[in-house]
Amino acid sequence: MSELSERFETHDPGEKKVAEKIRCDACPVMCYIAEGRTGACDRYGNVGGRIVRCDPLTILEHAEETGGAVTPFLAEGEDWNGELVRSGRRFVSGIGAGTTYPDYKPAPFIVSQEVEGVDLVTVVTEGIFSYCGAKVKIDTDRHLGDETAAVRAEGEVIGHVSTAEYGSQMLSLGGVHHLTGGSKAEGRATCDALLSLCNKQPVELTIDGGVNVVVQAGKAPIIDGKPEHRMRVGCGSATIGMFATQWKDLVDEVVVVDDHITGVVSEHQAGKVLGWQDTGIKILGRRSTPGRYFKVSEPGLGWGGTTISDPLQILGEWNPKKGARPGLSLLMVSTTGEQFAYFELDDDLKPVGKPFPERLRKSVDLIEDNCEAALCTVLFVGGAGGSLRAGVTENPVNLTRSVHGLQTYVTVGGAPVYVWPGGGIMLMVDVMRTPDNAFGYVPTPALVAPIEFTLRRDDYERLGGYVSEICTVEDIIAHGGEYLNPRRGAGAPGINPWPPLGYLRHAPGRL
Amino acid sequence: MNGPEIVWLPDGRRLHMNHGPIDLIVEAFGAPEEVEAAYRQAARCFRTILGELVEELAELRRPSTPRPRPFSGPTARRMETAASRFAEIFVTPMAAVAGSVADEMLAAMLAGRALDRAYVNDGGDIAIHLAPGQSMKAAIAGTGHGLSDRLVIRAEDRMRGIATSGWRGRSFSLGIADAVTVLARDAAAADVAATLIANAVDLPGRPAIRREHACTLQPDTDLGERLVTTDVGLLADEEICEALERGLAVAEDYRRRGLIEAAALFLAGQSRDCGNALPETAAPHDASLFKSHTEPQHA
Repeated sequence: MSELSERFETHDPGEKKVAEKIRCDACPVMCYIAEGRTGACDRYGNVGGRIVRCDPLTILEHAEETGGAVTPFLAEGEDWNGELVRSGRRFVSGIGAGTTYPDYKPAPFIVSQEVEGVDLVTVVTEGIFSYCGAKVKIDTDRHLGDETAAVRAEGEVIGHVSTAEYGSQMLSLGGVHHLTGGSKAEGRATCDALLSLCNKQPVELTIDGGVNVVVQAGKAPIIDGKPEHRMRVGCGSATIGMFATQWKDLVDEVVVVDDHITGVVSEHQAGKVLGWQDTGIKILGRRSTPGRYFKVSEPGLGWGGTTISDPLQILGEWNPKKGARPGLSLLMVSTTGEQFAYFELDDDLKPVGKPFPERLRKSVDLIEDNCEAALCTVLFVGGAGGSLRAGVTENPVNLTRSVHGLQTYVTVGGAPVYVWPGGGIMLMVDVMRTPDNAFGYVPTPALVAPIEFTLRRDDYERLGGYVSEICTVEDIIAHGGEYLNPRRGAGAPGINPWPPLGYLRHAPGRL
Repeated sequence: MNGPEIVWLPDGRRLHMNHGPIDLIVEAFGAPEEVEAAYRQAARCFRTILGELVEELAELRRPSTPRPRPFSGPTARRMETAASRFAEIFVTPMAAVAGSVADEMLAAMLAGRALDRAYVNDGGDIAIHLAPGQSMKAAIAGTGHGLSDRLVIRAEDRMRGIATSGWRGRSFSLGIADAVTVLARDAAAADVAATLIANAVDLPGRPAIRREHACTLQPDTDLGERLVTTDVGLLADEEICEALERGLAVAEDYRRRGLIEAAALFLAGQSRDCGNALPETAAPHDASLFKSHTEPQHA
């Protein structure tokens, strides 16, 4: 990756090779390395005036049919013996590919493959994304912080709480203003957090006026030190609608406590239809429609995403004229089924806690069973800008048009992406579908992400592609390309289609 | 540029952390939730430790004096503190870098935690934590004594750092010791002392010893024009003895002044023991295998 740093260096382009010493940029130490020697790490060396990187180029092995587990064809660190061990579908990913400098040089790898009789070309490179970020979706009912509240990592602001989507909390992190627009510490903290998130590592975030949350793609969030388990099944009203029949004749009243809408079965339409009797209950909250109450509490870490730890605090006086009577039974349950309690009214019509009756256990378990797991998902968002495109074709805008015209299929480390409509190639990828440690960084700061463009060879020629640079997967396995990269085999994440096939499905009309 | 990487070793107990030249094996023992929290703290510290060092790298490559300079990074401060204690001769904080990283990572793991034992092994330079009543074994490889060359460090002992230096290792040495292992109160002190004792194990002006200017081998080294050992030819027994005695004199001086607890010096099949570092006087079979590693004592 020695070429990568040049564009971020302030010294003259010629300086680097003075006296056969070259500067390695595999890590922040950035050693000057003499000819034939290695850097401080002993892993990167100067071979013939060039940094030989030990980060291998990753060649993904796709299972014959997607969905199955795949075994890597070559263990990391093993020497490649030149034999094709498996006949599976290989894909040269951008991971470890490096990039070229200046930009107008062809991308490091331009690979041809024939798939179902169609000649395809994949242009493989690593992009430097100084304009990038992550959208984090946290499936939890917990209130993490107010909309627009600053999100911090290592004390630096790296993004903010965005508008909630469906039932999930959304964080919008990174972007050019935090990466390169603020202080050096802010840029570094942003880059560190984005890199860890994209590489599926945990990151601790604090939200101004809100919680401390550990976010890791594919894992449940840890909020204020407590791992979350599930999301609520729906709001309190929806829960009443789903389970009212389960409670009929087993209990006189059910209150489903929720941060958004708290439901009361005896008043709710679902209860009425089943012939539920009035109970004289009084909820301390703002009534919306019958049996539905807003704002019984503030958002918090208690029952159903409220601040409530004692559910009785949302109840007012029981009204005997409307059906309250000694012995009346009451179930209170949260929208995740994680909190529940059982009460009966005493002679003064005060609810008194009683042992939880077995007969109601099933309905509470059912709520819990129907809840989605609490989960964090991370989408990397980046723009494949002008400079990167120049490594693909001589006329960069042609690539943009080709991507939007579905002639070019874009992947990140072999994972399919969503390309946002409109200008540029702005893509989003679920980091869980990228291979492990697919992302790197440069101290600009900016993230480095693999990116591959797959298209028909004849389309590539028409786009002004670098036809003379096209080589085969076998060539790359044998020689490693211009940058002497070691090669490494890895199993492709099972849910990803083999990109050339992805292309064929993506643009069926083009065949 | 590659970021810090943290992976479980195949045994699922130890963490392997790598970022550029820093390569750590980390293990903690205790209640599972304490161990997990300690690992999380270690991982958080590891994310920034190299970047912080690099910010002050230029100054860290300049010689220390007995008056420590102010540094802003906690690891850099550890390095300078350790180096300045030995700074009556030429030494830079870089002589303490591996040990200081181990100490800083161990401190990050322990903050607010209750662990029985823990260690951070930074390429052979090791920081150790022992709760009262606990102990840990450290094996010094290549002494030719099989299992008998293990030393046991107990909670009541003062040593919490082990480091090894020699011209065959990853860092340059001004001397000819195959290896010098030092036990000290922390890994940073052990690291500096091992470097300086290994430098002192020397035979100035002998043609059998090949030396080159450090800066021709590594342009940005802290050693500048100083001659570093690149090969040691055949030595006579009395020469080996002479070189080891020079090193031992320095080691004894450090031990008397309370800078180190113990040291073991190895050269061409002979050894010297300072402060009973070795369970018995040992001669290495193959000193190039010399390496120290720790393992918990399960007994």
